[in-house]
Amino acid sequence: MAAMTYLQAISDGMRQEMRHDERVLVMGEDIGVFGGAFKVTDGFIEEFGAARVMDTPVAESGIIGTAIGAAVVGMRPIAEMQFADFISCGFDQLVNVAGKMYYRQGLPVNITVRLPSGGGFSGGPFHSQNPEAWFMHSPGLKVVAPSTAEDAKGMLIGAVRDHNPVVYLEHKHLYRRVRGEVPDGLYETPFTARVARSGSDLTVIAYGAMVHTALEATEDLDGASVEVLDLRSLVPLDEEAILASVRKTSKVLIVDEANATCAAGAQVAALIADRAFEDLDGPVRRVATPDVPIPFSPPLEQALLPSVDRVKEAARELLEY
Amino acid sequence: MSTTRPEGAQDPSAVSEHLTLDDRIALLRYMLLMRGIEERAMNLYRQGKVPGSFYDGYGQEAVSVGATFAMAAQDRLCILHRDLGAHLIRGVTPARILGQYMGREGGITGGRDGNVHFGDWRLGCVGMVSMLPDMMLVATGMAMAFKLRHERRCAITWFGDGSTSRGDFHEAMNWAGVQRLPVIFVLENNQYAYSTPTGAQFAVDPVERAQAYGFPGLSVDGNDAEAMFEATRQARERALDGGGPTLIEAVTMRMHGHAAHDDMKYVPKEQVDEWRKKDPIDRQETRLRDLGVDTAAIREEVRAAIDAGTQEALAMPMPDPDTATDRLFHEGADELVLGDGNAPWSGHAQTAAGADS
Repeated sequence: MAAMTYLQAISDGMRQEMRHDERVLVMGEDIGVFGGAFKVTDGFIEEFGAARVMDTPVAESGIIGTAIGAAVVGMRPIAEMQFADFISCGFDQLVNVAGKMYYRQGLPVNITVRLPSGGGFSGGPFHSQNPEAWFMHSPGLKVVAPSTAEDAKGMLIGAVRDHNPVVYLEHKHLYRRVRGEVPDGLYETPFTARVARSGSDLTVIAYGAMVHTALEATEDLDGASVEVLDLRSLVPLDEEAILASVRKTSKVLIVDEANATCAAGAQVAALIADRAFEDLDGPVRRVATPDVPIPFSPPLEQALLPSVDRVKEAARELLEY
Repeated sequence: MSTTRPEGAQDPSAVSEHLTLDDRIALLRYMLLMRGIEERAMNLYRQGKVPGSFYDGYGQEAVSVGATFAMAAQDRLCILHRDLGAHLIRGVTPARILGQYMGREGGITGGRDGNVHFGDWRLGCVGMVSMLPDMMLVATGMAMAFKLRHERRCAITWFGDGSTSRGDFHEAMNWAGVQRLPVIFVLENNQYAYSTPTGAQFAVDPVERAQAYGFPGLSVDGNDAEAMFEATRQARERALDGGGPTLIEAVTMRMHGHAAHDDMKYVPKEQVDEWRKKDPIDRQETRLRDLGVDTAAIREEVRAAIDAGTQEALAMPMPDPDTATDRLFHEGADELVLGDGNAPWSGHAQTAAGADS
């Protein structure tokens, strides 16, 4: 075990898997000589060379499309979008070519698409988005969003080894803020949910950066016993883990950093309404970002993103219900 | 570039000195097979046995047949919807194609996609999507992997005149050019993108753009299978030798509507009449007949193969509705990657076996 930041854990997972499997290559904008906009691939080009640590043209459709081509002839590309927001330029290749290939033709597309996502540091409307719901709504793509350093490494390795296209959301706000003990060597974290804290009075369901917001907000809530469920994977969605937690606590708060409408949290709420109605002892509540672009100026941005205080308030209301 | 007879060719009527008589007969046979299957499918469509609409490549048979004939077993193909000949050369049977059109379980996609939206990955082919020309980037990525692994292999893809307007055309041309990749881009210029003529599509002939991306582009008579073969053969050689991509513009004409529902009234009748005189099958058949080949016997043989394939396809069951949500993800331990296809040209001495890994 070694203490690492979330960012170091992602790097460690990629580096070890590249050493282990020569089919793995990383490709993206400024990831080679520069080491990536966030330095996730710092030092990679020295170890693996420019062919496997590929500085690509500034062409997101090209990055996804060529990764697909390389995958179907036996490579295992990890494609980095410099910011998750830029995947909009590669959307067609990901959704229409990669996502549908196996269902249509029986040919799996083994690509991992890394999306540095999320807001909280004045990135503005084009460097702050959480686009996971777009891909949850696109059949044939897996979508994962780890929240801890240990899971960041294990899910990255799992994504690379998965035969299918995996959208891997790495929240930028966790990169250097979150640290943890990370196992040495190669391991895979399953695409299932994880109980981040066990409790009996209320369940807070979250993923990515919001897991930490949820933990902080409910750490000391007038002595209430609050369970925090970290989804980790959005596709597949661990429905049984969600329902089991709801049955245990009977009250649910779902926290989403993405825009509220049709978000991952909305899907979780629909699942609970459909399959756990009789187990509920209060309304299913949600805290999410309102349906507007993410603004630049700190007071505007902070007014929108789910904060510890907003989660605390919603949790209190539910506990008192 | 060689659309005329190279020096030293044995037969004055042959466009390429790399084709034996058997090769030239094979070119005719594959074109006849393509046209015959598509004509049969149109009949099945009119009988209500083909759901949706039906798209064909009537009059464009030389483009896919000629180009694919130059490709080796270990090469990889991303094939467009008017290029049935490519699938036939790689080894897909008439029955599975007709089953595909009818949405049968035994079709190449088992009813999950229609028309020529298929590719048998076991034979090294990837099926297209409707967003053209997305597959230009996929082929570019295949070539990127070949170069990275130092393999002497080549990828090829087809796309239409309308595709040149989209961003993926630019991204693929630029990417392949800057990385000098072993990929062949076949621009199938059939004069119309649905109802839009090329005059409303581009101001500059797209074949001229290749040079701006750092590699050669050439125009070839797309209704001459031997010219298409020779141009592709040379482009492939160049690619294998590290020379990078080539853009081949196959100049042809879409002789039918965009699909079965399209009466094509926007195309001047004289234009169709003019191109009818340049029919690629007539041209190849005349060449061979002049050499004493019994082409009537070839036609009969092809017809029999299509008849048998039709019976086989009609006997295939429809897919089980209970399977509609199956097989979204591949969860097994098997590595499924593209395999090798048939490469019938006499110039490919041996067929390499195995799949990519």
